[in-house]
Amino acid sequence: MIVETGHYALALALAVALLQSILPLWGTRTGDSALTSIAVPAAITQFLLLGYAFAALTYAHVVSDFSLVTVAENSLTTKPLIYKIAGVWGNHEGSMLLWVLILAVFGAAVAIFERGMANELRANTLAVQGCISLAFLCFILFTSDPFLRRFPAPFEGQDLNPLLQDPGLAIHPPLLYVGYVGSSIVFSFAVAALISGRLDAAWARYVRPWILIAWIFLTLGIAMGSYWAYYTLGWGGFWFWDPVENASLMPWLAGTALLHSAAVMEKREALKIWTLFLAILTFSLSLLGTFLVRSGVLTSVHSFASDPARGVFILVILSVFIGGPLALYAWRAPSLSQRSVFAPFSRESTLAVNNVLLTTCCATVLTGTLYPLALEALTGDKISVGAPFFNLTLGPLVVPIVLLMPLGQSIAWKRGDLLGAAQRVTVAALGGLVVSILLVATVRGGSVFAAAGLGLAVYLIVGAFTDVASRIWARGQGGRVMLARAVGLPRSAWGAAIAHAGLGLTLMGLAATGWGVERIATVKLGQRIDLGPYQATIENFRSRQGPNYSELVGHTVISQGGAYVTAVDPGKRSFPTRQTTVTEAGIVTLSFGQIYISLGDRHADGSIDARLFWKPLVTSIWIGAVIMAFGGIVSLSDRRLRIGFARRAARLRVADSGAAPEPAE
Amino acid sequence: MTWLRRILLLSIVLASVAPSLARAVQPDEILTNPKLEARARAISAGLRCLVCQNQSIDDSKAELARDLRLLVRERLKLGESDEQVRDFLVKRYGNFILLKPPLDLETALLWGMPAFVLAAGAIALLFGLRREQSTPAAPLSQAERDRLAAVFDSDTPL
Repeated sequence: MIVETGHYALALALAVALLQSILPLWGTRTGDSALTSIAVPAAITQFLLLGYAFAALTYAHVVSDFSLVTVAENSLTTKPLIYKIAGVWGNHEGSMLLWVLILAVFGAAVAIFERGMANELRANTLAVQGCISLAFLCFILFTSDPFLRRFPAPFEGQDLNPLLQDPGLAIHPPLLYVGYVGSSIVFSFAVAALISGRLDAAWARYVRPWILIAWIFLTLGIAMGSYWAYYTLGWGGFWFWDPVENASLMPWLAGTALLHSAAVMEKREALKIWTLFLAILTFSLSLLGTFLVRSGVLTSVHSFASDPARGVFILVILSVFIGGPLALYAWRAPSLSQRSVFAPFSRESTLAVNNVLLTTCCATVLTGTLYPLALEALTGDKISVGAPFFNLTLGPLVVPIVLLMPLGQSIAWKRGDLLGAAQRVTVAALGGLVVSILLVATVRGGSVFAAAGLGLAVYLIVGAFTDVASRIWARGQGGRVMLARAVGLPRSAWGAAIAHAGLGLTLMGLAATGWGVERIATVKLGQRIDLGPYQATIENFRSRQGPNYSELVGHTVISQGGAYVTAVDPGKRSFPTRQTTVTEAGIVTLSFGQIYISLGDRHADGSIDARLFWKPLVTSIWIGAVIMAFGGIVSLSDRRLRIGFARRAARLRVADSGAAPEPAE
Repeated sequence: MTWLRRILLLSIVLASVAPSLARAVQPDEILTNPKLEARARAISAGLRCLVCQNQSIDDSKAELARDLRLLVRERLKLGESDEQVRDFLVKRYGNFILLKPPLDLETALLWGMPAFVLAAGAIALLFGLRREQSTPAAPLSQAERDRLAAVFDSDTPL
């Protein structure tokens, strides 16, 4: 019964989406405020209906209702509760429902929190949001219905793909989806601006917190996915330039560019049309990401739900929601007023250069991902574009971005002083250089590239805080004054510093892979294997029984110079229902580095094939990403960037014009 | 839509290969000469496992990848150069096996794209720097004018 009501709620949500996408647009066109005001209750109703549908599906998974096809195909009565819940989105149908639910959450959030916004802009934004929802609800109900029943119901389910039964992957899709779908609201704002033909600095201010939210979640989602791949796939890699990974990286690159160009637009009213384009691009790439994963066009390790039949439907959605707004953009953008007075040396110009570089990165990843498909479709020739291509093309683009970042933070808006900014980053540059030289001189066995990369990371981290430090530090003043200054600095300045430093940490972890140690060997019990500064010894084997798997565990002792450090239990899990074996890598974190042990086949004489790694500083790759996201949160807490800021400031603002210019930061 | 069908076929092949328990580089494959082994690993990292999606043979667990890894090592032991090994495999499997596609007419756009976008961006930037024009903002709507008037009339200080 609950399942049927959930199904009904889903159908009702489709009807509401239809109203939400048509009536407000009509209202703003004809000036009918009754129709315009439907947008808000429609968005909230839609959220409630989809929330109910999602709850109903979750209920079906939790009670193991195998009369539902999706539950029967992805669940098992003995599966732990957390994976029963994660199983809701561990399959195509459920994940699409999660997708529209998040879409509705964002719609409702705009409806509730952005009350101070001009009515017309909000109504149009929600209408566009309704259109996206309409398309995806049609897709779900007509091609991927999660509430499909099967009669007779099977006695037992087929279990979830073992690779997905992992806490990391339980939360990875929701994080990534919030990031993907969060960019939809920015897209809707952009299309609404194009429809009304009005675009000003206030628009950038409304949009910035939403861009930040999407960006924070996308950052966390990508990091989570990368860490998941690292510890489950069993060979210690964390980024494979797989099309599915690229699909999440592209909106991140475009979103990062958007974040910075929106800042320029808000402060200087420049880059307006470009910002609008990036807003459309970011969501288009998110849609493309959904398409690449869901359509089965690319079959990869990550793509757990592939069905080419649905591809055509998504292709239609894709062309409507990318082609339509781009056409609207081409038609409307030239008529939008643009003021682009740029001094060659100013913060806005460094941000513009950073935008060009980020967009180039994004275009490179996009070309590399789609080129093999396009070439094969056109000529029938097959080529591969893999890691060596991306490393070679993106490396030279990332270096100037990193070099520019501290400089951009240190230079003033409008007319900056390049020499002064360069002086301010001297300390950071010297720090990086010294670290590089020391590393080359002292550490043996590492490449020069690794040392240079680490130096670059140090430059970035020190440089990230240079601007903040120079604004706090005052000669002859006490600590109390400086503390007061530190607290008084805008949170967005702190946020930028923290996020940039986070990227520096990630870079540090990436560079340190150059000093990694790898041993592939047939290991006997009790045999000591050297791993960089540590030694590993497999002491004994044990069998363990999990809820829906059995496991062979190799108890391994890690020592340093004969002294016991810690122990770790790498294992191999067999899932009888799916007849699959999954390696469960044994991982120990030792001062930001990790020992990583993955077991292979066991031989008759008791020895076992194993891959053992020492990965120095590897954790800072993901710690850096978390810090980046934290920087985003700090920025979000900035008084001026909070959602709904417009409401509190409504008294001070004259309609939705740009109001008084902000003092330069 | 033949490519779609071909990819579907590939995915079926992949699905049938996936459950095999073979693993990436195994101890028994490793050459005793560490220099030769290092070269073999470097070559393997640039070769695609043909039945997998976007995995190098160095990372792949598929049987075919193991065969290719052994083949690479065999050829190196015969004294061939890295280039000769790669050429041999390209002759046998086509450019599809190279994870870094060679630069030719077909891939000119692929390799040229970063430079092209960068150049386009740089030109747009220079153009933006030089253009110092300002078009007037859109006029206020009636509703906004009313509100503006209300603000000016009211006594509340801003």
